[in-house]
Amino acid sequence: MAFDTEPKRDFKVVGRRVARPDGIDKVTGRALYGADMSAPGMLMGAILRSPHAHAEIVSIDVTAAVALDGVKAVVTGADFADAMDAATADVRDNCLARGKVLYDGHAVAAVAAASGAIARAALDLIKVEYRVLPSVTDVDLAMRADAPVVQAGRAVEVVPVGLSENVTDHCEFGHGDPEAGFAAADLVIDRSFTTAATHQGYIEPHACLASMGPDGKADLWCTTQGQWAVRTACSAILGMRASQLRVTASEIGGGFGGKTTVFIEPVALALSRKAGRPVKIVMSRTEVFRATGPTVASSIDVKIGMTKEGRITAGTATLRYTGGAFPCGTVAMGAQAAFAAYDLAAVRTFGWNALTNRPKEAAYRAPGAPQAIYAVESVVDELCQKLALDPLEVRLLNAAREGTRSSYGPTFEAIGLEATLEAAKAHPHYAAPLAAGQGRGLSCGFWFNFGGNTSVSLTINTDGTVGITEGNPDIGGSRAAISQMAAEELGIPYEQVRTVIADTSSLGHNDVTDGSRVTFAVGLAVIKAARDAIAKMCARVARIWGIDPEAVEWVDGAARPTGPNAGTFPPMTLAEIAALSFKTGGPIAGHHESNADGAGVSFGVHLVDVEVDRETGATKVLRYTVFQDAGKAVQPDYVEGQMQGGAVQGIGWALNEEYIHDAEGHLLNPGFLDYRVPVASDLPPIEAVILEIPNPGHPYGVRGVGETPIVPPLAAIANAVSRAAGVRLTALPMSPPRVLKALTAQG
Amino acid sequence: MRYARPETATEAVGLLANEAGVTRVLAGGTDVLVQLRAGSVTPDLIVDIKRIAGLRAITPEAGGFRIGAAVSGAELGEHAALCALWPGVVEGCNLIGSTQVQGRATMAGNLCNGSPAADAVPGLVAAEATARIEGPTGPRECAVADIPTGPGKTAVQRDEIVTSIFLPARPARSGDAYLRFIPRTEMDIAVASAAVNLTLATDGTIAAARVVLGAVAPTVVLVTEAATALIGNRPDAATLATLQAACSAACNPIDDKRGTAEFRTQVAGVLAKRATLIAYARAGGSL
Ligand SMILES: Cc1cc2nc3c(=O)[nH]c(=O)nc-3n(C[C@H](O)[C@H](O)[C@H](O)COP(=O)(O)OP(=O)(O)OC[C@H]3O[C@@H](n4cnc5c(N)ncnc54)[C@H](O)[C@@H]3O)c2cc1C
Repeated sequence: MAFDTEPKRDFKVVGRRVARPDGIDKVTGRALYGADMSAPGMLMGAILRSPHAHAEIVSIDVTAAVALDGVKAVVTGADFADAMDAATADVRDNCLARGKVLYDGHAVAAVAAASGAIARAALDLIKVEYRVLPSVTDVDLAMRADAPVVQAGRAVEVVPVGLSENVTDHCEFGHGDPEAGFAAADLVIDRSFTTAATHQGYIEPHACLASMGPDGKADLWCTTQGQWAVRTACSAILGMRASQLRVTASEIGGGFGGKTTVFIEPVALALSRKAGRPVKIVMSRTEVFRATGPTVASSIDVKIGMTKEGRITAGTATLRYTGGAFPCGTVAMGAQAAFAAYDLAAVRTFGWNALTNRPKEAAYRAPGAPQAIYAVESVVDELCQKLALDPLEVRLLNAAREGTRSSYGPTFEAIGLEATLEAAKAHPHYAAPLAAGQGRGLSCGFWFNFGGNTSVSLTINTDGTVGITEGNPDIGGSRAAISQMAAEELGIPYEQVRTVIADTSSLGHNDVTDGSRVTFAVGLAVIKAARDAIAKMCARVARIWGIDPEAVEWVDGAARPTGPNAGTFPPMTLAEIAALSFKTGGPIAGHHESNADGAGVSFGVHLVDVEVDRETGATKVLRYTVFQDAGKAVQPDYVEGQMQGGAVQGIGWALNEEYIHDAEGHLLNPGFLDYRVPVASDLPPIEAVILEIPNPGHPYGVRGVGETPIVPPLAAIANAVSRAAGVRLTALPMSPPRVLKALTAQG
Repeated sequence: MRYARPETATEAVGLLANEAGVTRVLAGGTDVLVQLRAGSVTPDLIVDIKRIAGLRAITPEAGGFRIGAAVSGAELGEHAALCALWPGVVEGCNLIGSTQVQGRATMAGNLCNGSPAADAVPGLVAAEATARIEGPTGPRECAVADIPTGPGKTAVQRDEIVTSIFLPARPARSGDAYLRFIPRTEMDIAVASAAVNLTLATDGTIAAARVVLGAVAPTVVLVTEAATALIGNRPDAATLATLQAACSAACNPIDDKRGTAEFRTQVAGVLAKRATLIAYARAGGSL
């Protein structure tokens, strides 16, 4: 139902900073995370990983490991099913290699034993004979015809001659005539950029407990962003029927997209099937870095033309991404998002993905967009510098608006970019003076947002409280927001609603917690489920009163007679109706199932001040302000948390985070010491300014807010550092050695 | 793996001497536990020295301080008289890790771990600190400067333990300082570091100086050319430029994931220059 068809409402519960329902559990340690599950008779699993970036597996001899006292099962890739679609087969081969190992840390075999120590000792007894092959980790090298081929037969058909078989994906977006646009420009800048692969850096490592009985029925508990996706992947990989596998999501300690797939879950199930006992696997941090998905590494060319008044005449971008050792479509999202903030007559983007000997990419907040927008926003900033134009005015002049044909095709509905830019312009931060050695950077950000398949159940308890069963792991505060929306719609206090997250056998399918979809799509579903319950309650009351159901309306948590012929009855509250429900037809519950669209795109603008130490190349972030359109902020604390968290992850990406490989493709920094996420003392307070431009696709105007905030920081910081340093930085991360080198080269 | 908690240094040395297998002395354990967890060492015997009498004490001695080998970084930082006498040494120790790590980490452990990037060591060498080492034939004294012999290697033998570190008295008008470069603001390992210890003449020129660099060679480097550049001068621009060049010239670093050799060389000189200015101000000098 569209927003404009909704009565205008004054929210009572939505918009309030309610207490978080998971707070006490998390601070007291009562919350159960992935590694907290255990079962009687449980075995511990451990995984043997490849020491090579690329090698043929000549043989695997598990005899000695199987013979070790305490070892109950050993599995390899041969223990998984053969037939499945190509994408799932890639997931399978990532969980346990088949034929070749494709990156340093690729899983080769696994052991279940009476203790973790025995399992690890058994790993040392597995003899794997490798034939080491040449490897490639750099995306530009991987695209060259002479590159080592990571996987044969995966090339996309349109690969031009002269490029490697590693090129697996290609896309093209845009409209208009860029060449004519460049000809009309007063200044054209053409630059190349690179960004390093970064990891989501969730605090909780992957962990699961699998238990399969001799009849093939299985239970799996794991930390995941989507239990149905886990069920779909695992049942295919194990050759099971979906109904035989029940997956329960634990409390989750961060995911950011990285827990939307499976790594250890099929392995634990295979071990449990073989051992006939429950098997638990908990990854170490080293394993998380070596074998779970970082984001893509990229190499990007951007060309933009501008008039001296600041109007962009044309923009083109060629994006080369690598999603590691398996085909990866993330580049398409980068190619679509690159110029989304601009209203352009001529725009064209080309995307390529190449295989490299790196871990398989997993989604990371707004996958593909931060890299592309970093490159575009850097060139826009440099044009502003060279043409002596105000970077905010230039963004406003070129901003996409309602009715703009977007750079990727669709025409925008109501969007908040202009309002967000205006808010940044009006904010004291934009006018604050800067000292010598300091620089201010600005960037727009964009994300599509998704809706997706959702199923929700809402029960009216006989004591007048309400229970909501939904299926999306709560990764950013969704339980509070969902309870708030239900309370709002039902007209009852927030404290009377409790939202729990169901396993795969308790509810219809729910898509993964991703695409910033949950507050939007589950929120939408819960509002509809509440309306369903309200309709049922009104019908019960109509029977009690002996009038037509249409003559009963729902106002402020109670049924009332309405219309000329309804008669006069005192309102019946939800609690009163609930108490009588067994006598009026039985339990009352509302449901909603849908594949939601209308998620509504989201824009943000980030402003940052930095100081660069010219003698060491170190960058200090001095001030940071995030402006973002949330549609409607259901729980503002959580919205601010998303905006701040995205900014922090982007700051890490911009300044220090990177996967570092040696010449043979070994990952050199699989730990938080040398993979440097920002620590608290690296960061200034991050001010979050929420704008509310209602999304027409949601009854309360909600837009997803989780992903957009990681998009602008890369360019915002690069622009600030480049202005402070007086030299344009074109490679991420802008680590001190890199910045010092650029400063030294400049003289 | 056996764990022992002796109550005297002699007993500890006896345990170490009699063990044929791999041994590890355990002070704060902030290196040892990490190594155990990573599987890089599997000792047969761990000898915890925290219960040995006197090892947790900071005692005034001959105008300086004797610091027991099990004294934590936090305890050093809370000792006002020690902080007043050797502020640069204490600031080096207090940079180690985080609040939690400070509650455990020791200066002696930092030294005996043998990391070229150890944060406590440059300050100790600049201060001409000495270590008292207990061995099978009794105690011996050794300059801290002579203890590190290479990455992960020290002059402390496998049947010896450091029992204390002595920081001497110092003349009036003295000051010291330590700076390190890390890409973050904490929880990181020095990419380059510099400690400077100065004594001023009455006219404000530098009468004595020791300049020590960390993380730029297999062991800490005492840069005598840098000290020579300072002596007889004030830290004016020309003097600091000479010092900076001397420091960069003394570097022999490696290229690794934490920083290029070029970067380390450049930054070590910058840190020495900045540490000199801090030490000079602490000594009461003004430019
Ligand atoms: C999170 C974290 C952050 C860290 N940050 C830093 C940092 O910023 N800078 C830095 O320099 N270090 C850092 N470290 C390393 C470590 O904390 C320091 O080296 C610390 O000073 C070690 O002291 P300890 O008492 O814990 O040593 P232990 O771990 O107990 O011992 C270290 C080594 O010295 C030996 N040893 C200890 N005491 C004696 C003795 N009395 N006689 C003979 N041998 C001995 C041990 O056998 C071992 O080989 C960090 C460690 C962690 C876990």
